[in-house]
Order: sequence, then C-alpha cells, then structure tokens
Amino acid sequence: MKTRFERRFAELKAAGRTGLIPFVTAGDPLPEAVVPMLHALVAGGADVIELGVPFSDPMADGPVIQHASERAIARGVGLKTVLGWVAEFRQTDADTPIVLMGYLNPLEMYGYERFATDAVAAGVDGVLLVDCPIEEAHVLEPLRAAGLDQILLASPTTAPARMERLCKASSGFLYYVSFAGITGSAQLSTDDIAARVAAIRTASSAPVAVGFGVRNAGSAVAIAAFADAVVIGSALVERLAEATSVDDAATRAHDFLAPIRAALDARKG
Amino acid sequence: MTKIADFHAYPDAHGRFGDFGGVYVAETLMEPLAELTEAYNRLRNDPSFIAELDRDLKYYVGRPSPIYHAERLSRHVGGAKILLKREDLNHTGAHKINNTVGQALVARHMGKTRIIAETGAGQHGVASATVAARMGLKCVVYMGAVDIERQKINVYRMKLLGAEVIPVTSGSKTLKDALNEAMRDWVTNVADTFYIIGTVAGPHPYPQMVRDFNAIVGREARQQMLEQYGRLPDAITACVGGGSNAIGLFHAFLNDASVRIVGAEAAGEGIETGRHAASLAAGKPGVLHGNRTYVLSDENGQITETHSVSAGLDYPGVGPEHAFLKDAGRAEYVGITDDEALEAFHLLARTEGILAALESSHAIAQAMKLARELPADALVLANLSGRGDKDVHTIAAREGIEL
Ligand SMILES: Cc1ncc(COP(=O)(O)O)c(C=O)c1O
Repeated sequence: MKTRFERRFAELKAAGRTGLIPFVTAGDPLPEAVVPMLHALVAGGADVIELGVPFSDPMADGPVIQHASERAIARGVGLKTVLGWVAEFRQTDADTPIVLMGYLNPLEMYGYERFATDAVAAGVDGVLLVDCPIEEAHVLEPLRAAGLDQILLASPTTAPARMERLCKASSGFLYYVSFAGITGSAQLSTDDIAARVAAIRTASSAPVAVGFGVRNAGSAVAIAAFADAVVIGSALVERLAEATSVDDAATRAHDFLAPIRAALDARKG
Repeated sequence: MTKIADFHAYPDAHGRFGDFGGVYVAETLMEPLAELTEAYNRLRNDPSFIAELDRDLKYYVGRPSPIYHAERLSRHVGGAKILLKREDLNHTGAHKINNTVGQALVARHMGKTRIIAETGAGQHGVASATVAARMGLKCVVYMGAVDIERQKINVYRMKLLGAEVIPVTSGSKTLKDALNEAMRDWVTNVADTFYIIGTVAGPHPYPQMVRDFNAIVGREARQQMLEQYGRLPDAITACVGGGSNAIGLFHAFLNDASVRIVGAEAAGEGIETGRHAASLAAGKPGVLHGNRTYVLSDENGQITETHSVSAGLDYPGVGPEHAFLKDAGRAEYVGITDDEALEAFHLLARTEGILAALESSHAIAQAMKLARELPADALVLANLSGRGDKDVHTIAAREGIEL
C-alpha cells in the first residue's frame, strides 16, 4: 500500500506542481484553533503539513518558533493533545500527509512503542526530529516498524559521503535546510542551494523539500526552480501569532498561503 | 547491573557511556562536531599539545592545587578527617579554568577566531573570557537574565576581560537557556566560531573533552593522597551541576574499588518540594542538550524549571558519564539543600578562613555528613571547586543584609 507521502508526491509530479509545506506550532495561537487552521491551510494550498510539537528547549529554533512553543506550553499543550488534534483533522481529511516536527525528549517521556501505536492510530504519517540524527535513529525503530516515516534533514554542512547515507535512510521526503542556522533567519542564497539539491538528486530519487529562509511568494518561487516542495514556517507562525479568535486564525492561515500557492502554480506555465 | 571492568574505557567511539551520551543535535552540527572530535583526538595524543597544556596549567593556572587538611572543621564535625582539594586557588577562582585553557588551545589549533560560551554562575564565563583575552580571541558569553541578576560581580569581571555578555530571556532565563542560545549561535557561526562548553554535558566529544581537561584534579589528588597520607581516601565527594568538577575529581579514582564516590546535587528547598535541581536523584533518562542523560522533565517531555541557591548547580540535566556511573552503581548521588549548603559555607568560613563558592559548599556539606558516619582515622576528600567571592551578595541578601 502506498503511503500518503508517496501518493501526494506522485500527484504533484504528475501535475507538474511544486509542493507547499506550511509549518505551524501546535497550540499556538489558540489551542481550539488548531484543527480549523489545519483545514484552512489545506484550503489555502498546503500539500503536506508540518505540525510542530512544542518543546521547552528548542535548540534549533529562532525567537518566533521559540515563543510560539512557550505560549503553547503555557496552555498545557503536549504530545497527547497534539495526537488528538491530528485524529480530529483526519475525520474530514484522509489525504493530506502530516509530519510531526519537534525534539526527542517528548517522545522519550511518552515512550517510543506507545507513541508509534498512538501516532499511527491518529493518522500521523511521519516524524521530523530535529535532534535525532541518523547515528541515534535506532531509538525510532518502533516508529518505523509501525509504518511511520522518518523525515531527515540535510544541511549545507553535510559532507557528500554523509549525504548519501542520509538519502538512503530517509523516508517520505528529504528536507534540505537552506543555510546553517536556526529557523526564522532571513538569508537565502538560491545558487548554493540549487547546486546542493542537484547533488542530492544524483544520490537519491526521494522528493526534496527545501526550507529555512522561505518567507513569501518570491522566495518560494525561487526555490521552486529546483525543489519538489518548499517549507514555510516562521513567517506563517509570525502571522498567526496575533490572531484573536478561531476564525481569525483560520483566515490568516488561508490568506497567508493562498497567494504563495498561486505564485507557485503560475510559475509552472 | 552489569559489572564494569574498566571505567576508564568510556566513552566509546560514538561518545556513549553505556546507555548515555551520544550526539543528539541538528544535522547542521554533525559535521562540525565530527571535525572537533577528529581535531581533539589528534591533539590529545600529541606530545607537543600536551606539553603546551601542562605549561599553561602550571604557569598560568597555578597548578598543582594543594590538598589541605581542614583540621578545625573536622574537629568541629567529629569523625573522619576532612581534606579539601583547593581548586578555589586556581587563577580565576574555580576548576572551570582547567577546561577553558584546554579548549582554547584546541580552538587555536583549529584556526577559530571567535569564542562563545554559556555560563550559569559566571565562573565558566569568566574563565572563557580570561583565556580569550590571553589569546586575543573575540569572546561572547550567553547568560540567563536571572543569573545576570544574581551574579553581578562575575558579569562585570567578564566585561573587564573584554567579553560581550548577552542576556538570555527565553525559557527559565537560567543556565539551560544560555546553553540553548549558545548552541543557536554556534549553528549560525560555525565556520569561525569555537563553542567552549563549560561542563561535561552537550554532544560528544564535549563530555569526554571537558572531563579530560578537568581530570587533572583527580590525577593530582590521587598522587597527593599517596604522598601525603600514604593511601587513598575512603570517600571522595564533589558538587554536581553539569558535573565537570565532580567527574574531574572522580575519574582517576573510578577503578579504585575501595574509594566510595558521592556526588552532591542541589536539593534546593528539598527534593519533596519539587524546587530543586537534583537530576540524578529525582529525574529520569531523557534527551537534553545533545546527549541522553538523566533530566528533570514533566510527563509531556518539557524540561522543568529548577531551583538552587547556587546558579552553577541550577541545571535540569547532568553529564552523561554521571548517569552511567549512577546506573552502574559506581557512584552515589545525593541531594544537599540550600540551607545545608549555607550552613557549611558559614562553618568553613569560621573554622578555616575559607569562603567557598555556594556550589562547592554543597560538597563541603556532603563531606561533613560522610565524616560523621566514618571513624576518626578515615579520610574524606572533598573538591572545593571554587571560591565564594562571587556569592557574597547572594548570601547577604538571603540574610537580609544590604551591602
Ligand atoms: C565553583 C563552581 N563549582 C561547581 C560548579 C558546577 O559545575 P560543574 O558541575 O560542571 O562542576 C560551578 C558552575 O558554575 C562553579 O562555578
């Protein structure tokens, strides 16, 4: 049976479209807005959703996502709540792949076996664990056994031999981090990225998503020239932060994404 | 419990101490950490590097530090002899300089021009600023806003030494958050920047490298015990924040089965109150700051806020080698409360004329407990990891005195 990732990336390829992957922190700005927001993102053109699991010590994140995490934690959001939201989302959306993005300690405390069972039951498709490189990925064996994909990151500092190992070990898609830094920084040099993504393509047939530093339609279109999908996080989280109601959050999510979707689709013609 | 034949055989090539340690970091840092590991492995076996380090330790740090018999304190307590390894007499006033001198040499050999560090009590920040000044390197120190407030003297010392001190206002605004922020800086500036971690935490090779640079404490102490007392101590103790001064003292004694090893964690207002920083005594295995170790965490996996009167022990994790020694049954880890530490501080001041750091006062309090349990001819060796000048304001404030 094909996974949701496989189906989604095959559809994109057949249609000649670039995938759009928004990131939101689960529980921010309002816990009750999460599920309506996820649906609004899909309506606005999301192909895959990265749902951030809040963590108290997000070492690889800049201030925008740090603060979103802090707000969510202050409202008591944890892994269990997040899985509940995914299950609720799945009641009316069977197709959009969902990646849980975050750090290892929440899974450690939840228990890997228990997490694998509960995540699959909720309808999660994969995990992207920032502080779990391939060297430590043995702890995720129960997740793989349950059918969850492990999305791996590759970065500008990844040496060629290591890149090959990453390509082999990654499942779902490979996430290329466009620069050495934390989320939310605005520096983007598309020339370097294009060359690196080309190198990945020689080692792997997996879809390549590019993120970090994509903030708007312009930067998304620039990345689309060589990536299968673009990831947008901090700029969206920033836009959502000031939402005052569930409807406001959903509208903001939709209205942020729709023009980017339109620009990506206009590009292919 | 598996029996360990040689405690000096750890970590393995992946940086693991049994189930603990490892490299739990973002992909961007994997290559820089591999480069650091390679450079460190080359240098630590290089006779000219070792000679350089030995020279710095002797002429700049002032090593060896003496072992001092605290006679009046021992008599006051009753029981075994309490001996103090005087790391407070080092240049800059704590064991932290052993590590920064070593890492600064590694940084220079790697051609890095900018030093960053995190600090809690400010002792590691001062020790980093010191070696950076001496080598003409730029130095940026991250420090939690809460710690800046309670360690003002050290903040000013760092500035006098030419370092830039950046307040960290995220999370609990203490040591763990300073470490997060330093890591973020490193990820961003990895090409020219060397991150001097101040304790035996972080991803491999840090727990090993920081231990190796501090292990001089135990090597000297073991030798000094044999020379001055003709035998090894019956028990040794040290305070445990991240665990660098403790592993520094313990390491040389790990294979000496007759030596009882006890780490003193910060029990704050009492472990039962939840306001403490006793990761080993009250935490569980988890992943924090690049390694698997004991952490203080809630059921959602959020790292919990800690409390200790001493900023340097106010940390919700602990070096992975201590986690390993605990599970292997080689070392015991117990809690010392704020009140017990303060009592030991005052007693040491009045019986011996030594103002100990609040961190080190936890070790003194534990040494007093051990001495009470043991016979008069027994020897208890405590690591006096630093001097207390930096804490004078905190102690005065606690006692309602305005300076
Ligand atoms: C004097 C002194 N002792 C101990 C510590 C705790 O650190 P560690 O457990 O790494 O020795 C500190 C930390 O700042 C310190 O300044």
